[in-house]
Amino acid sequence: MEIKVLGPGCPKCKQTEQNVKDAVAETGVDATVEKVTDVMEISGYGVFGTPSVVVDGEVKSVGKIPGKEEIKSWIEK
Amino acid sequence: MAEECCTPGGNIMILACSGGSNVGQLSNQAAIELTQEGFGKMFCLAGIGGHLGGFVQSAKDVPSMVAIDGCEIGCAKAILDHAQIPAKSYLVLTELGIEKNKDFNLKTEDIRKVKAAVKSICE
Repeated sequence: MEIKVLGPGCPKCKQTEQNVKDAVAETGVDATVEKVTDVMEISGYGVFGTPSVVVDGEVKSVGKIPGKEEIKSWIEK
Repeated sequence: MAEECCTPGGNIMILACSGGSNVGQLSNQAAIELTQEGFGKMFCLAGIGGHLGGFVQSAKDVPSMVAIDGCEIGCAKAILDHAQIPAKSYLVLTELGIEKNKDFNLKTEDIRKVKAAVKSICE
């Protein structure tokens, strides 16, 4: 599984990245977590704002910090 | 996409039908000018219409949104309905007393009227 956290870098983006990493660790899901900071690459996802989270190419949340439980619901199958 | 890091709280998503009439283009011009003036940000309704994931999720997650249709046919509203996105604030320009026609020479007073109506409905 490939998870991307979109955001140029600010406390909200960092918190989102941490929540994603925590959710991955707690579920034991085999996933890579990548922080995407390049504005052009971010704009390619068509998101209105950041932080945003993309799981296996699907945009799951935009412009907010998702909680760990919400993230777990995206990655647990 | 926000150029600054993270979406500022209270940022309003502006969706215009941008249709092929004076009122459609009035919706577009008002959205452009409101964005330039710092009142919200115009977003791509076509991306939502195309059911592109980032656009649809953005519209679902944004706390404040206004959809502007030029006329009562309601294409913008229909696009949102089709994507199961509630139109949080909604405006139809012909209901402001602006007559629909094919004259693309937009009147400054009409643009001003639309911008004022958008600001009013978002309050």
